[in-house]
Amino acid sequence: MNIVTKAVAAELSDRARRAAKVAGEFADAVDREGRFPREGMDALKNERLMSIQVPGELGGEGASMQEIAEVCAILGQACASTAMTYAMHQIQVASIVGYSGNSAWHADFLKRLCDEQVLIASATSEAGIGGNLRNSVCAIEVDGDTVRLEKDATVISYGEMADAILITSRAHKDAPPSDQVSTLFLKGQYTLEHTRDWDTLGMRGTCSDGYIFRGEAPKEQILPRPFAEIAAESMLAVSHLLWGALWYGIAADAVNRAQSFVRAAARRQPGSTPPGALRLAEASSLLQQVKGNVVAGLRQFEEAKTDANKLSAMSFAVAMNNVKVGTSQTILTIINHCMLINGIMGYKNGTPYSLGRHLRDAHSAQLMISNDRILGNTSTMLLVHKQDTSLIG
Amino acid sequence: MSTAETVRKIVATHGKLPVDVGTIADDGDLYSAGLSSFASVQLMLAIEEEFDIEFPETMLNRGTFASIASIAKAVDTISAEQQAA
Repeated sequence: MNIVTKAVAAELSDRARRAAKVAGEFADAVDREGRFPREGMDALKNERLMSIQVPGELGGEGASMQEIAEVCAILGQACASTAMTYAMHQIQVASIVGYSGNSAWHADFLKRLCDEQVLIASATSEAGIGGNLRNSVCAIEVDGDTVRLEKDATVISYGEMADAILITSRAHKDAPPSDQVSTLFLKGQYTLEHTRDWDTLGMRGTCSDGYIFRGEAPKEQILPRPFAEIAAESMLAVSHLLWGALWYGIAADAVNRAQSFVRAAARRQPGSTPPGALRLAEASSLLQQVKGNVVAGLRQFEEAKTDANKLSAMSFAVAMNNVKVGTSQTILTIINHCMLINGIMGYKNGTPYSLGRHLRDAHSAQLMISNDRILGNTSTMLLVHKQDTSLIG
Repeated sequence: MSTAETVRKIVATHGKLPVDVGTIADDGDLYSAGLSSFASVQLMLAIEEEFDIEFPETMLNRGTFASIASIAKAVDTISAEQQAA
């Protein structure tokens, strides 16, 4: 990193911290009421953090995936629902920035994203596809220059609050389920008929309700590249990395709270080591593993990002899957350690050492794209993939 | 039988495509035709067995399995290298 990029990164982190402070103040209310993290998201817009991934020539800041991951990690320490909403938005931005080719419409949209700090939602889930986002039942109907789509979307996170929805479908009415395209519909071009409530254990503020989506838009709003490419080369990797970053953030805040608890106990009885201290050391070691896992994945992504062959390589897919499975499992162990350290003060809500929200939010990690599905996918690849045994690569 | 013809037969058996392989051109996109990532691995294993070759890590990407022609080309490249070695 040269001095200039370092200064930009520091400035991004400062902006993210200011937004995180706001998000943190409302985290418990968002969780309790299961409502959209409006204050945190408005703070992100005020700091112009929605558009940092857009290239400079379109009015953005051309932020790297590492910089975006840092923002997610900072937010994750304050409010996981805000962090997840932001991460999901950035995953959509990555698809549009990377896969809209020379489409003038999408370039204009990205400029608008910078000017208005719009929020983009995603609609990949659908009734009848068995949780596999690489399949669609619905097909986009092309009628001259107009396209129409109706989709029974089992989940559209923050769908009602979004300014645009990037939605998958079969490419045409005769296409097989895996021949998919992604189309960006703008608010006003679609209606959402509410079908399913989002009343969950954790991540309650993402408001991932289900809807029947009905939209009509100009044909040029279809992303020119097939969704198969977008999923294989960008979406899965970016999802695992940004989620991993914010999950790290949740666990890091839990460890902070456990450390405060141990420190307070140590101050009360100088000269003796509090009982939780050893377990805190263990949690700290596990947290470092999570961090190392995410950072190594980000580094691998930065090295591969300009090379479609590297991005679609099996070795890369295995590595990204491992980042996801490893981080999502380990954060639960870490937060459980912290709970043992903080005891009843961690179990209770509303104390400085409370960990209930962390634990509940963290439980979503192994389910959003089920770890069992990912392990199944990795195990298939391991039938032919030869592992790279080098340490540094 | 040419490499492409043999590959075509294996795609028909192991590709688990929702469409008839006869309708796909040699350079037709197998992923658009419905080739899943799971089926592509099964296909790869069957091809390794049939041609007695092993795909090197550098060829384990989407491009290699994009079409019958690209698979046949990869098979020919690997076979030539293995004979030269």
